This record gives sequence, C-alpha cells and structure tokens, in this order.
Amino acid sequence: MTQMTFARAINSGLRKSLENDPKVILMGEDIGTLGGVFRITDGLQKDFGKHRVIDTPLAESGIMGTAVGLAYRGYRPVVEIQFDGFVYPAFDQIVCQVAKLHYRTQGAVKMPITIRIPFGGGIGSPEHHSESPEAYFTHTSGLRVVSVSNPQDAYIMIQQAIASNDPVVYFEPKRRYHDKGEVDESVDPASALSMEKASVVTEGTDVTLVSYGPLVKTARDAALAAADDGVSVEVIDLRSLSPVDFSTVEASVRKTGRLVVTHEAGQFGGIGGEIAASITERCFYHLEAAPVRVTGFDIPYPYSKLEMHHLPDLDRILDGVDRALGRPNSLSGLEG
Amino acid sequence: MNADDLSQGGTTAAGPDNWANHHYRTGGNLVQLITPGGERVSHPEYDVWVKDVTDEQLASLYEDMVVIRRIDTEATALQRQGELALWPPLAGQEASQIGSARALRDDDFVFSSYRENGVAYCRGVDLTDIVRVWRGNASAGWDPYSINMATPQIIIGAQTLHATGYALGIQHDGADSVAMAYFGDGATSEGDVNEAMVFAASFQAPVIFFCQNNHWAISEPVGLQSHIQLADRATGFGIPSVRVDGNDVLAVMAATREALERARHGGGPSFIEAVTYRMGPHTTADDPTRYRDANELEDWAAKDPMTRVRSLLERRESWSEELETRVAAKADAVAQEMRSGCINMPDPQPLDVFKHVYSTPHSWLERQQDHYSRYLASFGDPAQAASEEGAR
Repeated sequence: MTQMTFARAINSGLRKSLENDPKVILMGEDIGTLGGVFRITDGLQKDFGKHRVIDTPLAESGIMGTAVGLAYRGYRPVVEIQFDGFVYPAFDQIVCQVAKLHYRTQGAVKMPITIRIPFGGGIGSPEHHSESPEAYFTHTSGLRVVSVSNPQDAYIMIQQAIASNDPVVYFEPKRRYHDKGEVDESVDPASALSMEKASVVTEGTDVTLVSYGPLVKTARDAALAAADDGVSVEVIDLRSLSPVDFSTVEASVRKTGRLVVTHEAGQFGGIGGEIAASITERCFYHLEAAPVRVTGFDIPYPYSKLEMHHLPDLDRILDGVDRALGRPNSLSGLEG
Repeated sequence: MNADDLSQGGTTAAGPDNWANHHYRTGGNLVQLITPGGERVSHPEYDVWVKDVTDEQLASLYEDMVVIRRIDTEATALQRQGELALWPPLAGQEASQIGSARALRDDDFVFSSYRENGVAYCRGVDLTDIVRVWRGNASAGWDPYSINMATPQIIIGAQTLHATGYALGIQHDGADSVAMAYFGDGATSEGDVNEAMVFAASFQAPVIFFCQNNHWAISEPVGLQSHIQLADRATGFGIPSVRVDGNDVLAVMAATREALERARHGGGPSFIEAVTYRMGPHTTADDPTRYRDANELEDWAAKDPMTRVRSLLERRESWSEELETRVAAKADAVAQEMRSGCINMPDPQPLDVFKHVYSTPHSWLERQQDHYSRYLASFGDPAQAASEEGAR
C-alpha cells in the first residue's frame, strides 16, 4: 500500500499499461514535455519516448480520428481530452466512428480506445472547464463509460479501460485530483473487481444513495452526517455509467426501500432519471417513496462565484435524503 | 467620424452572386499523359513514373475501367429494379480510381468514401460485398483486413483522419506501407480533412490525400468549396501537391506512384487532386438536371477516360477485336456475378440487430435483447423462435 494522490494513481496506472503492452500509445495536447495540464502524464514521455506519448496538434477531432486509424492498425490509443468542455469537436469522431466501427464491421475492426476526460466543477474555472457531459456518451451505444471516485479505483480502472477491446470513456473527477488515498499497486487489474460493477462504499439500511465520480466523497460525508441524526444511508459508487450495474443498486433498494441519486450533471435526460426509472421498473413494490434526484441545474455551467449553488453539496444531498424518508425538507408542503 | 478612427469603410458588399467562384479554373497546369483524343504526350517529370507500362498493361487498365463502369451500370439497374435501396454512381471517375488503386501494393491500406467502388474492385473485393450495404443487408460490405481497405465512409472526410492515424501506425511499425485516403472536392471544406493534413504534415505520416475533384458535391459546384485550386490548399499545410487530369489513367498512375515512393521513403504525405467529373447523379436518389447544365456534361463526355486509352492503343496498333470482345465478356461476367450475389443474398435475422455493438457482453443490451426475443417468441412463430435460439 502506498499513499498517493488521485493524479499520481492514474499516472501509475498509465505507466503500468505502457510497460505491459507495446501497443499502448498516449495522445493528447500538452501531455508530453509538460506532462499534461493536470500533470497526469508527468514523466511518461521521458520514460517511454515521444513516439508512445505523443504531443498532438490542437485539434480534438484530429486526435480522435487519428486514434481510430491507429486502432485500425492494431494499436491501443489512450487519448487525453484536456477539459470536459473541449470534447465536442471530437464528438463526431467518437459517436460516428469510435462507437460504431465494431458494429459497422460486424466485429472485424476493434476500437480499443480509451478517452480520458477530466470532468466536473468545483475548481473555480472559467466556462468550458467544469462540465459533466457523461450523458451524451452513455446515450451513445457502442461506448463503455466509467467514472472513478478514489485513487485505488483510478489506478485499477484505467488499466481495465485500456485493456478493454471496446472504446471506454474514462471520466476523471478533476476536483479530486489532489486527494490522497491508499493504493495497492500489486493488485492485478484482471482479477480485481470488474470496472462494470458498482460498489457499496458505505453500508446502511434506511436509504440508498447512488453517486459516481466527484460526488461519491460528498455522498459518503453526507452518510456520516446522517448517521449522527440516526439515519442509516447506504452509499453506492456506480463506477460504470454504461452499462450501469443495476443489480447492485436493485439489491440495495430492495433492502432500504428508498433511493436518492446525486450527480453534478443537469437532471433532464441524465443518469439519475435513468436509474430512477429502471429501479422503479425492477422493484416498484419494494419502494416506500418515489426516487429522488439531487443534481446540478439544467443550466450552462455557471461562473465560478455561483458554482457552489449549482453543485449538489452535503446539505442538498441530506435534504434529498429527508425527502426520500418523508421527513421535513425544503419541498415539504409543495405538491407536484 | 472620430479623428483617430483607423477603420476604412467599404462601398460594395460581397453578396450571394460572389459567393461561388464561377471562374474556378478546371483546366491549366494539369499533368496529362494521354490527351482526350488518345495522343500520348510527354511530360518532363511524370513520364519516368510510367515508362515501364506496356501496351498490354494499358489494355489491362482499360479492362478494369470498362468493368467498373459495367458494375456501376448494373448496380444502377439493380436499384431501379428495387433490388438495391440506393447506389452512388462512379461513372466518369474510372481513370481516377483505377489509375490510383492499381498503383497500390497489397500491404497498403485504403480509406475511402462511398463512391470508390472501383477502388474496391481493384483491391479484390468479393462482388457481392460491393452491394451488401446498398441492399440494406449490412452496414459494411467486407472485412477491412481481408482486402486492406476500410469499409467506405459515409461521414464526409472523416476517413482522412483514419488514414493519417493508420499511417502513424505504419511509421511506428517501421514498415514501408502507405495509407491512401480517397475523398472528394466537397470534403476539402470539412474540418477533419484539414486536421488530417495538419497531423500528416506535423508527423510526416506516410499518407496520400487523393482528392477526386468531380466538380459537384451533390448540387454544390466546386467553386463554392474553394476560391483557389484544391491542390493549392495542401501547399498551405506544407504538403507537396499535384493536379492531374483525372480522366487520364496513366497520368493518375504516375502521380500516385510518385507520391507512394515519397511516402515509402520517409518523405511524408502528398496531396493529389485528380480533376474529373461525376457524369451521373450524386446517388440514384438525386436529380442533377435541377442544378447543372447539359452542355457541361457534353464537354466532359468528350474527355471520357476509356475512349482515349482505346484511341491510343489503336494508334499503336495494339487494339484488336479480340481484346474488345474479351473485355466486354469480362464486364458482363462480373455484372452477372454481382447481380446474382445481390439477388440471392440471405436476409439478416431479427436478433442480428443486437450483434457486435460491443465486443464483450454489455448487461443493459443483453437484457434488451432478451426482452425483444421474448416478445418475438410471444407470436409463437417457429421461424422466429429458431432465430432466437440461434442468436444465443
């Protein structure tokens, strides 16, 4: 076990993948000499060479499209998109090519591309640097989508994503990059928990609180606070957003009878709605109350002085927990 | 006006009449080795690239051009007869496609648009596979690795980036293969094509940008895409470029060979503008009489790619009736094989719709497939029940 930051854990996972598979190639803007604007690829170009850790021209579609060509040739490209809000120029290549080529060619062409995207807010950035675009990608069939919440998972799941023969969008919660945690680098990714499984990170009996990425920490803090108040909250870290491990969520809700989902992304058409609907379909008669979503608002990501109003925090999550429990809450007395 | 205002007012605004460059030059500075009349003209730089081409080989290029025009005619007929949903004709572009594709090695890799069915023929595609997509039986006709040609790209220009990335892989492998990107004049406006040229130039990737300027992007004339010649765009990226007579199979081959040689020896990317003409509609769903002049079509008919090769062979007394008969018979046989393959193609099974979305199982999709197979089985149709079993 080693204490390391989230950022260092991803770096270490990338290093392992580069060591283990000569077909792994890293591509992105500023990832070489600089080591990435968040230093996630720090030192990798120095150790693996300019031909394996490639500083690309500033064109996201160009990066993604050339990654497709490299995958055609048998390589396993790992693409860094510098910020969430910069992924859109690459959207066409991701949706029309990366996601569909395996289907189009009836399995003849594999697209083992990993797309790393630092996402989410809370760092006081200007526009386009704090978005949560995951639903665009979970809505696109052919992609697998994961989000990590802690250094150990970050270390393992980046290796699992790279090893996957399907394209994986790997969302990194940038406001947690400097959080430290224990990482066991001796764990073999092949025998570790599959990246497609959710994990129960806090056990509880009264309410199931589902989250992923940056809000898992907030959700765990909320569970601790709720415990002081005599409420037992079970926190689930989804880890995978496509596919979602509904079995784990369902088993928890069958036990607690109540469901709260929280994410930074806006609510409409989001992951929370999909989980609420699917869990309602699967175990309606075990639900004691309607599922509750505590999410960002359906607004463009706001300027930083207001971002804490947009982002769900511990108190807003607890307000949602109260709603699920039928306890007095901010919407008490409001109908519809 | 403020005394320190340095802006200068204009008097005439550019309006819609100036948008398309109607004087876009299609002639001039073209590399041409065979005139439309069938005369072999010498060229100081390009003769050397085809000096080994014998009359017999020229006849073989002629044969390929005749065959792909026949494929095109047959596929159009199949569409008119309701056997294909759609077909994108290549008529007029035979020399561009055959002259370039025949210059490639087996270990080169082609990334094309949907119109390069003549290139696919040169790569050795199974004839049934050419029409598979257009019949609606698959999204791709063939396994790209079986003929080293990616399945045709529908998103305009997207494949140029794939070719560039593939070329980076070739470079990484230390191989001397080349990636070949085919696209049209309309595609040169796409961001992807421009980004591909940036990447190819930055990394000196062994890729050829082969642009068939057929003058029309559905209804938009090439002058709307560019106010300069397309080949000149490449110069801005630091990529050597050439304009060739795209209806001259020998000139196209010479330019392609030159570019291939450069790429194989670490010289990086090249851009070839093959100036040709789309004699037919954009697809069988298009009506070009709505947007183009019949005179233009006549002008280009006089520059036909096959006629000039035949005239040249006649001049050299390398033409024979036997050759003509043999070529016609070959074209008929190919057309017949394709037609038969098309008509006898088995329909896909209902649950095939779920296949290959992912390379390993995806729990959400598995559940959806399970539910749909139960739905199909609820009709009690033994055929569907059997196909459901088959899909498991």
